[in-house]
Amino acid sequence: MDLSAFVTQSIGALSTASSLFIVAAGLTLVFGALRLINIAHGSFYMYGALAATTVVGWFPDSGFWIALIVGPLVALVMGVGVEMGVLRRLYGREHLTQLLATFALLLIFADLALRFWGKNVRSINPPKVVNGNFGLVGARVPAYDMVIIAAAIVVGGGLWLLLTHTTLGWKIRAVVDDPEVLVCSGVNIRMLYTGVFGLGALLAGLAGVVIAPQQAVGPGMDAQIIVAAFIVAVIGGLGSITGAAIGSLIIGIAETLGANLAPSWASTFIYLLMIVVLAVRPWGLLGTPER
Amino acid sequence: MSLTVDGIHTYYGQSHVLQGISLNVGDGETVALLGRNGAGKTTTMRSIVGLTPARSGSIRLDDKEISRLQAYRLARLGLSFVPSGRRVYGSLTVRQNLALAAERPRKEAAWSLERVHDMFPNLVTLAGRQAGHLSGGEQQMLKLARALLGGPRILLLDEPTEGLAPGIVADLGRWLAILRKEKVTVLITEQNALFALRYADRGYIIEKGTVRYEAPAAELRDSAEIRRYLGVGVDT
Ligand SMILES: Nc1ncnc2c1ncn2[C@@H]1O[C@H](COP(=O)(O)OP(=O)(O)OP(=O)(O)O)[C@@H](O)[C@H]1O
Ligand SMILES: [Mg+2]
Repeated sequence: MDLSAFVTQSIGALSTASSLFIVAAGLTLVFGALRLINIAHGSFYMYGALAATTVVGWFPDSGFWIALIVGPLVALVMGVGVEMGVLRRLYGREHLTQLLATFALLLIFADLALRFWGKNVRSINPPKVVNGNFGLVGARVPAYDMVIIAAAIVVGGGLWLLLTHTTLGWKIRAVVDDPEVLVCSGVNIRMLYTGVFGLGALLAGLAGVVIAPQQAVGPGMDAQIIVAAFIVAVIGGLGSITGAAIGSLIIGIAETLGANLAPSWASTFIYLLMIVVLAVRPWGLLGTPER
Repeated sequence: MSLTVDGIHTYYGQSHVLQGISLNVGDGETVALLGRNGAGKTTTMRSIVGLTPARSGSIRLDDKEISRLQAYRLARLGLSFVPSGRRVYGSLTVRQNLALAAERPRKEAAWSLERVHDMFPNLVTLAGRQAGHLSGGEQQMLKLARALLGGPRILLLDEPTEGLAPGIVADLGRWLAILRKEKVTVLITEQNALFALRYADRGYIIEKGTVRYEAPAAELRDSAEIRRYLGVGVDT
Protein backbone atom coordinates (compact mmCIF):
# COMPACT_ATOMS: atom_id res chain seq x y z
CA MET A 1 0.00 0.00 0.00
CA ASP A 2 1.48 3.39 -0.94
CA LEU A 3 1.43 6.43 1.30
CA SER A 4 -1.58 8.15 -0.23
CA ALA A 5 -3.72 5.03 0.06
CA PHE A 6 -2.55 4.65 3.64
CA VAL A 7 -3.57 8.24 4.43
CA THR A 8 -6.98 7.79 2.84
CA GLN A 9 -7.59 4.59 4.76
CA SER A 10 -6.37 6.06 8.05
CA ILE A 11 -8.64 9.07 7.78
CA GLY A 12 -11.49 6.73 6.88
CA ALA A 13 -10.79 4.60 9.95
CA LEU A 14 -10.56 7.69 12.18
CA SER A 15 -13.83 9.01 10.82
CA THR A 16 -15.59 5.67 11.44
CA ALA A 17 -14.11 5.60 14.94
CA SER A 18 -15.24 9.18 15.56
CA SER A 19 -18.88 8.65 14.78
CA LEU A 20 -18.86 5.42 16.78
CA PHE A 21 -17.27 7.24 19.70
CA ILE A 22 -19.96 9.90 19.89
CA VAL A 23 -22.68 7.25 20.12
CA ALA A 24 -20.75 4.94 22.45
CA ALA A 25 -19.73 7.81 24.76
CA GLY A 26 -23.40 8.54 25.46
CA LEU A 27 -24.20 4.88 25.98
CA THR A 28 -21.31 4.33 28.36
CA LEU A 29 -21.91 7.61 30.25
CA VAL A 30 -25.46 6.53 30.99
CA PHE A 31 -24.34 3.05 31.98
CA GLY A 32 -21.61 4.47 34.20
CA ALA A 33 -23.89 6.73 36.21
CA LEU A 34 -27.20 4.86 36.09
CA ARG A 35 -26.11 1.23 35.66
CA LEU A 36 -28.69 1.05 32.89
CA ILE A 37 -28.12 -0.57 29.52
CA ASN A 38 -30.16 1.49 27.12
CA ILE A 39 -31.00 -0.23 23.84
CA ALA A 40 -33.21 2.72 22.89
CA HIS A 41 -30.00 4.75 22.55
CA GLY A 42 -30.11 3.58 18.91
CA SER A 43 -33.53 5.24 18.50
CA PHE A 44 -32.19 8.61 19.67
CA TYR A 45 -29.43 8.27 17.08
CA MET A 46 -31.87 7.41 14.29
CA TYR A 47 -34.24 10.25 15.20
CA GLY A 48 -31.31 12.66 15.18
CA ALA A 49 -30.46 11.55 11.64
CA LEU A 50 -34.08 11.60 10.47
CA ALA A 51 -34.62 15.04 11.95
CA ALA A 52 -31.54 16.20 10.08
CA THR A 53 -32.95 15.00 6.74
CA THR A 54 -36.21 16.82 7.43
CA VAL A 55 -34.53 20.08 8.41
CA VAL A 56 -32.24 19.96 5.39
CA GLY A 57 -35.35 19.32 3.27
CA TRP A 58 -36.84 22.56 4.59
CA PHE A 59 -33.67 24.64 4.38
CA PRO A 60 -31.45 23.17 1.65
CA ASP A 61 -28.69 25.75 2.19
CA SER A 62 -28.18 26.28 5.89
CA GLY A 63 -30.18 23.23 6.96
CA PHE A 64 -27.30 21.12 8.17
CA TRP A 65 -26.11 23.69 10.68
CA ILE A 66 -29.64 24.10 11.98
CA ALA A 67 -29.92 20.32 12.19
CA LEU A 68 -26.83 20.25 14.39
CA ILE A 69 -29.00 22.01 16.98
CA VAL A 70 -32.39 20.48 16.21
CA GLY A 71 -31.30 16.82 16.00
CA PRO A 72 -29.69 16.69 19.44
CA LEU A 73 -32.66 18.62 20.87
CA VAL A 74 -35.14 16.10 19.48
CA ALA A 75 -33.10 13.29 21.05
CA LEU A 76 -32.83 15.21 24.33
CA VAL A 77 -36.59 15.66 24.56
CA MET A 78 -37.14 11.97 23.78
CA GLY A 79 -34.54 10.96 26.34
CA VAL A 80 -35.93 13.10 29.13
CA GLY A 81 -39.46 11.92 28.36
CA VAL A 82 -38.49 8.27 28.36
CA GLU A 83 -36.43 8.58 31.55
CA MET A 84 -39.16 10.33 33.49
CA GLY A 85 -42.00 8.28 32.06
CA VAL A 86 -40.53 4.78 32.09
CA LEU A 87 -36.92 4.16 32.94
CA ARG A 88 -36.67 5.73 36.39
CA ARG A 89 -38.94 2.94 37.60
CA LEU A 90 -36.34 0.40 36.48
CA TYR A 91 -33.21 1.61 38.26
CA GLY A 92 -31.76 -1.08 40.47
CA ARG A 93 -33.69 -3.83 38.69
CA GLU A 94 -31.95 -6.69 36.92
CA HIS A 95 -30.15 -5.89 33.72
CA LEU A 96 -32.44 -8.27 31.82
CA THR A 97 -35.55 -6.30 32.83
CA GLN A 98 -33.91 -3.06 31.70
CA LEU A 99 -32.75 -4.64 28.48
CA LEU A 100 -36.25 -5.85 27.63
CA ALA A 101 -37.86 -2.53 28.53
CA THR A 102 -35.44 -0.44 26.50
CA PHE A 103 -35.67 -2.93 23.62
CA ALA A 104 -39.45 -2.47 23.68
CA LEU A 105 -38.89 1.29 23.50
CA LEU A 106 -36.63 0.80 20.48
CA LEU A 107 -39.38 -1.14 18.71
CA ILE A 108 -41.98 1.50 19.55
CA PHE A 109 -39.77 4.32 18.31
CA ALA A 110 -38.98 2.38 15.14
CA ASP A 111 -42.68 2.01 14.47
CA LEU A 112 -43.35 5.69 15.09
CA ALA A 113 -40.46 6.60 12.78
CA LEU A 114 -42.09 4.58 9.99
CA ARG A 115 -45.26 6.57 10.55
CA PHE A 116 -43.56 9.96 10.44
CA TRP A 117 -40.83 9.38 7.86
CA GLY A 118 -42.00 6.33 5.91
CA LYS A 119 -39.86 3.36 5.00
CA ASN A 120 -37.86 4.98 2.22
CA VAL A 121 -34.21 5.60 2.71
CA ARG A 122 -33.23 9.26 2.80
CA SER A 123 -29.94 10.98 2.23
CA ILE A 124 -28.52 14.47 2.54
CA ASN A 125 -25.37 16.12 1.25
CA PRO A 126 -22.67 17.53 3.44
CA PRO A 127 -22.90 21.31 3.75
CA LYS A 128 -21.23 23.08 0.79
CA VAL A 129 -18.09 24.27 2.55
CA VAL A 130 -17.12 20.73 3.50
CA ASN A 131 -18.46 18.94 0.44
CA GLY A 132 -15.88 17.30 -1.76
CA ASN A 133 -12.29 16.28 -1.22
CA PHE A 134 -9.05 17.97 -0.35
CA GLY A 135 -5.47 16.93 -0.93
CA LEU A 136 -3.30 15.56 1.87
CA VAL A 137 0.19 14.21 1.06
CA GLY A 138 -0.97 13.17 -2.38
CA ALA A 139 -4.18 11.56 -1.18
CA ARG A 140 -7.75 12.72 -1.80
CA VAL A 141 -9.53 12.94 1.53
CA PRO A 142 -13.26 13.67 1.99
CA ALA A 143 -13.47 17.04 3.75
CA TYR A 144 -16.54 15.94 5.65
CA ASP A 145 -14.47 13.29 7.46
CA MET A 146 -12.73 16.18 9.17
CA VAL A 147 -16.07 17.47 10.46
CA ILE A 148 -16.83 14.08 12.00
CA ILE A 149 -13.39 13.82 13.58
CA ALA A 150 -13.64 17.36 14.94
CA ALA A 151 -17.07 16.59 16.41
CA ALA A 152 -15.65 13.57 18.23
CA ILE A 153 -12.76 15.60 19.61
CA VAL A 154 -15.15 18.29 20.85
CA VAL A 155 -17.40 15.68 22.47
CA GLY A 156 -14.50 13.79 24.05
CA GLY A 157 -12.85 16.96 25.31
CA GLY A 158 -16.14 18.33 26.55
CA LEU A 159 -16.96 15.19 28.51
CA TRP A 160 -13.48 15.12 29.99
CA LEU A 161 -13.81 18.75 31.11
CA LEU A 162 -17.28 18.09 32.50
CA LEU A 163 -16.29 15.03 34.52
CA THR A 164 -12.98 16.31 35.88
CA HIS A 165 -13.43 20.06 36.23
CA THR A 166 -17.03 20.87 37.09
CA THR A 167 -19.08 20.19 40.20
CA LEU A 168 -21.80 18.74 37.97
CA GLY A 169 -19.28 16.21 36.67
CA TRP A 170 -18.10 15.39 40.18
CA LYS A 171 -21.72 14.74 41.12
CA ILE A 172 -22.08 12.37 38.19
CA ARG A 173 -19.09 10.43 39.52
CA ALA A 174 -20.17 10.76 43.16
CA VAL A 175 -23.58 9.27 42.43
CA VAL A 176 -21.83 6.11 41.27
CA ASP A 177 -19.64 5.99 44.39
CA ASP A 178 -22.38 6.63 46.94
CA PRO A 179 -25.83 7.89 45.93
CA GLU A 180 -27.12 8.07 49.51
CA VAL A 181 -24.34 10.35 50.67
CA LEU A 182 -24.97 12.60 47.67
CA VAL A 183 -28.65 12.81 48.56
CA CYS A 184 -27.65 13.68 52.13
CA SER A 185 -25.69 16.65 50.89
CA GLY A 186 -28.84 18.02 49.31
CA VAL A 187 -28.55 16.83 45.72
CA ASN A 188 -31.78 15.85 43.99
CA ILE A 189 -30.42 12.71 42.36
CA ARG A 190 -33.61 11.99 40.45
CA MET A 191 -32.96 15.16 38.51
CA LEU A 192 -29.30 14.29 38.20
CA TYR A 193 -30.23 10.92 36.68
CA THR A 194 -32.64 12.59 34.27
CA GLY A 195 -29.93 15.05 33.29
CA VAL A 196 -27.31 12.39 32.66
CA PHE A 197 -29.74 10.31 30.65
CA GLY A 198 -30.73 13.38 28.66
CA LEU A 199 -27.09 14.18 27.96
CA GLY A 200 -26.53 10.62 26.72
CA ALA A 201 -29.54 10.91 24.42
CA LEU A 202 -28.35 14.28 23.16
CA LEU A 203 -25.01 12.76 22.18
CA ALA A 204 -26.79 9.97 20.30
CA GLY A 205 -28.86 12.56 18.45
CA LEU A 206 -25.74 14.56 17.62
CA ALA A 207 -24.07 11.45 16.23
CA GLY A 208 -27.14 10.81 14.10
CA VAL A 209 -26.98 14.29 12.57
CA VAL A 210 -23.24 14.06 11.99
CA ILE A 211 -23.49 10.68 10.28
CA ALA A 212 -26.50 11.61 8.11
CA PRO A 213 -24.50 13.06 5.16
CA GLN A 214 -22.42 9.88 4.98
CA GLN A 215 -24.97 7.13 5.32
CA ALA A 216 -28.34 6.03 4.11
CA VAL A 217 -30.82 7.29 6.70
CA GLY A 218 -33.80 5.06 7.29
CA PRO A 219 -35.32 2.09 9.10
CA GLY A 220 -32.85 -0.29 10.70
CA MET A 221 -30.12 2.20 11.46
CA ASP A 222 -31.21 2.20 15.11
CA ALA A 223 -30.57 -1.52 15.64
CA GLN A 224 -27.42 -1.46 13.54
CA ILE A 225 -25.79 1.34 15.55
CA ILE A 226 -26.76 -0.02 18.95
CA VAL A 227 -24.96 -3.28 18.21
CA ALA A 228 -21.86 -1.42 17.06
CA ALA A 229 -21.91 1.06 19.96
CA PHE A 230 -22.46 -1.73 22.43
CA ILE A 231 -19.46 -3.64 21.09
CA VAL A 232 -17.34 -0.50 21.35
CA ALA A 233 -18.49 0.24 24.90
CA VAL A 234 -18.04 -3.35 26.02
CA ILE A 235 -14.54 -3.61 24.56
CA GLY A 236 -13.52 -0.33 26.18
CA GLY A 237 -15.22 -1.18 29.45
CA LEU A 238 -18.83 -0.14 30.12
CA GLY A 239 -18.85 3.13 32.05
CA SER A 240 -15.46 4.38 30.86
CA ILE A 241 -15.40 7.30 28.41
CA THR A 242 -11.70 6.80 27.66
CA GLY A 243 -12.50 3.12 27.14
CA ALA A 244 -15.14 4.11 24.59
CA ALA A 245 -12.55 6.20 22.74
CA ILE A 246 -10.09 3.30 22.62
CA GLY A 247 -12.83 0.82 21.74
CA SER A 248 -14.06 2.95 18.85
CA LEU A 249 -10.52 3.35 17.52
CA ILE A 250 -10.06 -0.42 17.62
CA ILE A 251 -13.35 -1.04 15.82
CA GLY A 252 -12.72 1.77 13.34
CA ILE A 253 -9.36 0.30 12.40
CA ALA A 254 -10.67 -3.27 12.37
CA GLU A 255 -13.57 -2.31 10.09
CA THR A 256 -11.31 -0.50 7.66
CA LEU A 257 -8.74 -3.28 7.61
CA GLY A 258 -11.44 -5.90 7.26
CA ALA A 259 -13.14 -4.07 4.41
CA ASN A 260 -9.84 -3.94 2.53
CA LEU A 261 -8.36 -7.33 3.26
CA ALA A 262 -11.36 -9.63 3.50
CA PRO A 263 -14.63 -7.81 2.93
CA SER A 264 -16.84 -10.83 3.47
CA TRP A 265 -15.25 -11.52 6.85
CA ALA A 266 -15.17 -7.95 8.13
CA SER A 267 -18.09 -8.16 10.54
CA THR A 268 -17.14 -11.62 11.79
CA PHE A 269 -13.73 -10.22 12.58
CA ILE A 270 -15.22 -7.55 14.82
CA TYR A 271 -17.29 -10.00 16.83
CA LEU A 272 -14.24 -12.21 17.22
CA LEU A 273 -12.33 -9.22 18.51
CA MET A 274 -14.98 -8.57 21.11
CA ILE A 275 -15.00 -12.20 22.20
CA VAL A 276 -11.22 -12.20 22.59
CA VAL A 277 -11.23 -9.00 24.68
CA LEU A 278 -14.03 -10.28 26.87
CA ALA A 279 -12.31 -13.63 27.37
CA VAL A 280 -9.19 -11.87 28.63
CA ARG A 281 -10.84 -8.97 30.48
CA PRO A 282 -14.57 -9.62 31.04
CA TRP A 283 -15.06 -6.04 32.26
CA GLY A 284 -13.43 -4.53 29.15
CA LEU A 285 -10.12 -2.78 28.64
CA LEU A 286 -10.68 0.17 30.99
CA GLY A 287 -13.76 -0.94 32.89
CA THR A 288 -13.91 -2.07 36.50
CA PRO A 289 -15.40 -5.37 37.61
CA GLU A 290 -18.98 -4.81 38.80
CA ARG A 291 -19.28 -4.77 42.57
CA MET B 1 -32.95 24.22 66.10
CA SER B 2 -34.65 21.35 67.88
CA LEU B 3 -35.68 17.94 66.64
CA THR B 4 -38.68 16.00 67.88
CA VAL B 5 -39.38 12.39 66.93
CA ASP B 6 -42.82 11.25 67.96
CA GLY B 7 -43.85 7.58 67.83
CA ILE B 8 -42.34 6.61 64.49
CA HIS B 9 -42.76 3.17 62.97
CA THR B 10 -40.32 2.07 60.28
CA TYR B 11 -40.18 -1.12 58.25
CA TYR B 12 -37.69 -2.87 56.01
CA GLY B 13 -40.14 -4.66 53.73
CA GLN B 14 -42.26 -6.75 56.11
CA SER B 15 -39.96 -6.45 59.09
CA HIS B 16 -41.17 -3.93 61.65
CA VAL B 17 -37.93 -2.40 62.90
CA LEU B 18 -38.88 0.83 64.70
CA GLN B 19 -41.90 0.31 66.88
CA GLY B 20 -42.86 3.76 68.06
CA ILE B 21 -39.58 5.55 68.79
CA SER B 22 -39.94 8.95 70.47
CA LEU B 23 -37.09 11.26 71.34
CA ASN B 24 -36.10 14.87 71.19
CA VAL B 25 -32.93 16.87 70.79
CA GLY B 26 -33.03 20.42 72.06
CA ASP B 27 -31.33 23.37 70.41
CA GLY B 28 -27.57 23.19 71.02
CA GLU B 29 -27.84 19.90 72.85
CA THR B 30 -25.77 16.74 72.29
CA VAL B 31 -27.85 13.60 72.71
CA ALA B 32 -26.59 10.00 72.68
CA LEU B 33 -28.67 7.19 71.19
CA LEU B 34 -27.52 3.90 72.70
CA GLY B 35 -28.48 0.29 72.24
CA ARG B 36 -27.14 -3.12 71.37
CA ASN B 37 -26.43 -4.29 67.83
CA GLY B 38 -29.62 -4.35 65.83
CA ALA B 39 -31.57 -2.23 68.33
CA GLY B 40 -32.52 0.26 65.63
CA LYS B 41 -30.11 3.15 66.14
CA THR B 42 -29.06 3.48 62.51
CA THR B 43 -32.62 2.98 61.33
CA THR B 44 -33.78 5.78 63.62
CA MET B 45 -31.28 8.13 62.02
CA ARG B 46 -32.14 6.96 58.51
CA SER B 47 -35.80 7.62 59.24
CA ILE B 48 -35.09 11.10 60.54
CA VAL B 49 -33.07 12.08 57.45
CA GLY B 50 -35.52 10.45 55.04
CA LEU B 51 -33.35 7.65 53.65
CA THR B 52 -35.68 5.02 55.13
CA PRO B 53 -38.86 7.02 55.68
CA ALA B 54 -41.03 6.18 58.68
CA ARG B 55 -44.38 4.70 57.76
CA SER B 56 -46.19 6.50 60.58
CA GLY B 57 -45.51 8.92 63.39
CA SER B 58 -44.27 12.47 63.32
CA ILE B 59 -40.87 14.12 62.98
CA ARG B 60 -40.59 17.84 63.57
CA LEU B 61 -37.85 20.37 63.11
CA ASP B 62 -38.79 23.14 65.54
CA ASP B 63 -42.51 23.14 64.77
CA LYS B 64 -42.33 22.09 61.14
CA GLU B 65 -43.53 18.60 60.25
CA ILE B 66 -40.82 17.02 58.09
CA SER B 67 -41.60 13.30 58.02
CA ARG B 68 -43.04 13.47 54.49
CA LEU B 69 -40.17 15.40 52.92
CA GLN B 70 -37.65 13.78 50.60
CA ALA B 71 -34.14 13.18 51.87
CA TYR B 72 -32.45 15.81 49.71
CA ARG B 73 -34.90 18.47 50.93
CA LEU B 74 -34.24 17.50 54.54
CA ALA B 75 -30.52 17.84 53.87
CA ARG B 76 -31.16 21.34 52.53
CA LEU B 77 -33.07 22.18 55.72
CA GLY B 78 -29.91 21.44 57.69
CA LEU B 79 -30.27 17.79 58.74
CA SER B 80 -26.75 16.52 58.27
CA PHE B 81 -26.27 12.76 58.44
CA VAL B 82 -22.77 11.33 58.86
CA PRO B 83 -23.17 7.60 58.24
CA SER B 84 -20.83 5.01 59.68
CA GLY B 85 -18.18 3.29 57.60
CA ARG B 86 -16.23 4.31 54.54
CA ARG B 87 -18.89 6.60 53.09
CA VAL B 88 -16.86 9.01 50.97
CA TYR B 89 -16.86 9.51 47.19
CA GLY B 90 -13.98 7.12 46.63
CA SER B 91 -13.15 8.08 43.06
CA LEU B 92 -13.01 11.83 43.82
CA THR B 93 -10.22 13.71 45.52
CA VAL B 94 -10.54 15.06 49.04
CA ARG B 95 -10.85 18.57 47.59
CA GLN B 96 -13.68 17.49 45.28
CA ASN B 97 -15.45 15.71 48.15
CA LEU B 98 -15.33 18.93 50.14
CA ALA B 99 -16.41 21.06 47.19
CA LEU B 100 -19.58 19.01 46.73
CA ALA B 101 -20.39 19.40 50.42
CA ALA B 102 -19.85 23.16 50.37
CA GLU B 103 -21.87 23.78 47.24
CA ARG B 104 -25.09 24.84 48.89
CA PRO B 105 -24.15 25.93 52.39
CA ARG B 106 -26.75 27.19 54.83
CA LYS B 107 -25.30 30.58 55.54
CA GLU B 108 -26.24 30.92 59.18
CA ALA B 109 -24.59 27.61 60.16
CA ALA B 110 -21.92 26.94 57.53
CA TRP B 111 -18.32 26.57 58.51
CA SER B 112 -15.78 28.16 56.21
CA LEU B 113 -13.13 26.02 54.56
CA GLU B 114 -10.50 27.80 56.68
CA ARG B 115 -12.28 26.93 59.89
CA VAL B 116 -12.67 23.31 58.82
CA HIS B 117 -9.00 23.17 57.90
CA ASP B 118 -8.13 24.58 61.33
CA MET B 119 -10.04 21.75 62.92
CA PHE B 120 -8.66 19.06 60.57
CA PRO B 121 -5.22 20.29 59.46
CA ASN B 122 -4.45 16.90 57.86
CA LEU B 123 -7.08 17.52 55.22
CA VAL B 124 -4.98 20.33 53.79
CA THR B 125 -2.12 18.01 52.89
CA LEU B 126 -4.53 15.32 51.71
CA ALA B 127 -6.45 17.68 49.40
CA GLY B 128 -5.29 16.12 46.13
CA ARG B 129 -5.53 12.52 47.34
CA GLN B 130 -8.21 10.14 46.07
CA ALA B 131 -10.68 9.75 48.94
CA GLY B 132 -11.06 5.99 48.43
CA HIS B 133 -7.41 5.53 49.36
CA LEU B 134 -7.60 7.34 52.73
CA SER B 135 -7.30 5.48 56.02
CA GLY B 136 -10.39 4.94 58.14
CA GLY B 137 -9.46 7.82 60.43
CA GLU B 138 -8.82 10.18 57.53
CA GLN B 139 -12.16 9.25 56.00
CA GLN B 140 -13.87 9.95 59.32
CA MET B 141 -12.24 13.39 59.29
CA LEU B 142 -13.40 13.98 55.74
CA LYS B 143 -16.96 12.94 56.56
CA LEU B 144 -17.10 15.35 59.51
CA ALA B 145 -15.53 18.15 57.48
CA ARG B 146 -18.09 17.60 54.75
CA ALA B 147 -20.94 17.83 57.26
CA LEU B 148 -19.61 21.06 58.79
CA LEU B 149 -19.08 22.75 55.41
CA GLY B 150 -22.73 22.20 54.55
CA GLY B 151 -23.82 24.15 57.60
CA PRO B 152 -25.47 21.56 59.81
CA ARG B 153 -28.31 22.72 61.99
CA ILE B 154 -28.55 19.21 63.38
CA LEU B 155 -25.67 16.78 63.04
CA LEU B 156 -26.48 13.07 63.16
CA LEU B 157 -23.35 11.01 63.77
CA ASP B 158 -23.70 7.26 63.35
CA GLU B 159 -21.02 5.31 65.26
CA PRO B 160 -18.20 7.76 64.62
CA THR B 161 -15.61 5.67 66.53
CA GLU B 162 -16.33 2.48 64.60
CA GLY B 163 -13.09 0.94 63.34
CA LEU B 164 -10.90 3.83 64.52
CA ALA B 165 -7.55 3.39 66.26
CA PRO B 166 -7.50 4.61 69.89
CA GLY B 167 -5.43 7.68 69.02
CA ILE B 168 -8.01 8.79 66.45
CA VAL B 169 -10.83 8.13 68.90
CA ALA B 170 -9.15 10.64 71.20
CA ASP B 171 -9.07 13.15 68.32
CA LEU B 172 -12.73 12.52 67.70
CA GLY B 173 -13.38 13.27 71.35
CA ARG B 174 -11.69 16.62 70.94
CA TRP B 175 -13.81 17.41 67.89
CA LEU B 176 -16.99 16.47 69.73
CA ALA B 177 -15.99 18.73 72.58
CA ILE B 178 -15.50 21.59 70.12
CA LEU B 179 -18.90 20.98 68.51
CA ARG B 180 -20.49 21.01 71.93
CA LYS B 181 -18.81 24.26 72.86
CA GLU B 182 -19.96 25.74 69.53
CA LYS B 183 -23.52 24.73 70.43
CA VAL B 184 -23.98 22.54 67.38
CA THR B 185 -27.03 20.34 67.91
CA VAL B 186 -25.90 16.71 67.78
CA LEU B 187 -27.50 13.27 67.86
CA ILE B 188 -24.87 10.55 68.19
CA THR B 189 -25.04 6.75 68.28
CA GLU B 190 -22.25 4.66 69.70
CA GLN B 191 -21.37 1.10 70.55
CA ASN B 192 -18.89 2.71 72.90
CA ALA B 193 -21.58 4.11 75.19
CA LEU B 194 -19.27 5.57 77.78
CA PHE B 195 -17.38 7.48 75.11
CA ALA B 196 -20.57 9.05 73.77
CA LEU B 197 -21.87 9.89 77.23
CA ARG B 198 -18.70 11.82 77.98
CA TYR B 199 -19.74 14.39 75.35
CA ALA B 200 -23.50 14.16 75.60
CA ASP B 201 -25.99 16.11 77.67
CA ARG B 202 -28.59 13.36 77.65
CA GLY B 203 -28.93 9.81 76.44
CA TYR B 204 -31.58 7.34 75.30
CA ILE B 205 -31.34 3.57 75.46
CA ILE B 206 -33.31 1.77 72.81
CA GLU B 207 -34.03 -1.92 72.39
CA LYS B 208 -36.03 -3.73 69.70
CA GLY B 209 -37.11 -0.46 68.17
CA THR B 210 -38.49 1.23 71.27
CA VAL B 211 -37.05 3.62 73.82
CA ARG B 212 -36.41 1.85 77.15
CA TYR B 213 -34.76 4.55 79.19
CA GLU B 214 -33.89 8.20 79.04
CA ALA B 215 -31.72 10.21 81.43
CA PRO B 216 -29.14 13.00 81.66
CA ALA B 217 -25.75 11.71 80.61
CA ALA B 218 -24.16 11.82 84.04
CA GLU B 219 -27.03 9.90 85.55
CA LEU B 220 -27.14 7.37 82.71
CA ARG B 221 -23.48 6.49 83.10
CA ASP B 222 -23.99 5.22 86.63
CA SER B 223 -27.44 3.74 86.12
CA ALA B 224 -28.47 0.14 86.55
CA GLU B 225 -30.20 0.39 83.15
CA ILE B 226 -27.00 0.94 81.22
CA ARG B 227 -25.70 -2.30 82.68
CA ARG B 228 -28.98 -4.11 82.10
CA TYR B 229 -29.49 -2.99 78.49
CA LEU B 230 -25.95 -2.55 77.25
CA GLY B 231 -23.94 -4.72 79.62
CA VAL B 232 -21.31 -2.06 80.23
CA GLY B 233 -19.78 -1.31 83.58
CA VAL B 234 -18.95 1.98 85.21
CA ASP B 235 -16.25 3.94 83.47
CA THR B 236 -12.90 3.59 85.17
N1 LIG C 1 -31.52 -2.92 54.82
C1 LIG C 1 -32.10 -3.71 55.75
N2 LIG C 1 -32.99 -4.65 55.36
C2 LIG C 1 -33.58 -5.45 56.29
N3 LIG C 1 -33.36 -5.36 57.59
C3 LIG C 1 -32.50 -4.44 58.04
C4 LIG C 1 -31.82 -3.57 57.13
N4 LIG C 1 -31.02 -2.76 57.86
C5 LIG C 1 -31.19 -3.12 59.15
N5 LIG C 1 -32.09 -4.12 59.26
C6 LIG C 1 -32.54 -4.73 60.52
O1 LIG C 1 -33.14 -3.73 61.31
C7 LIG C 1 -32.80 -3.89 62.67
C8 LIG C 1 -32.20 -2.58 63.18
O2 LIG C 1 -30.99 -2.35 62.48
P1 LIG C 1 -30.11 -1.05 62.74
O3 LIG C 1 -29.06 -1.06 61.72
O4 LIG C 1 -30.98 0.12 62.83
O5 LIG C 1 -29.49 -1.38 64.15
P2 LIG C 1 -28.34 -0.61 64.94
O6 LIG C 1 -28.91 -0.32 66.26
O7 LIG C 1 -27.83 0.53 64.13
O8 LIG C 1 -27.26 -1.76 65.06
P3 LIG C 1 -25.66 -1.68 64.98
O9 LIG C 1 -25.21 -1.30 66.35
O10 LIG C 1 -25.26 -3.06 64.65
O11 LIG C 1 -25.30 -0.67 63.95
C9 LIG C 1 -31.85 -5.06 62.73
O12 LIG C 1 -32.59 -6.18 63.17
C10 LIG C 1 -31.38 -5.26 61.33
O13 LIG C 1 -31.14 -6.61 61.08
MG1 LIG D 1 -25.97 0.94 63.23
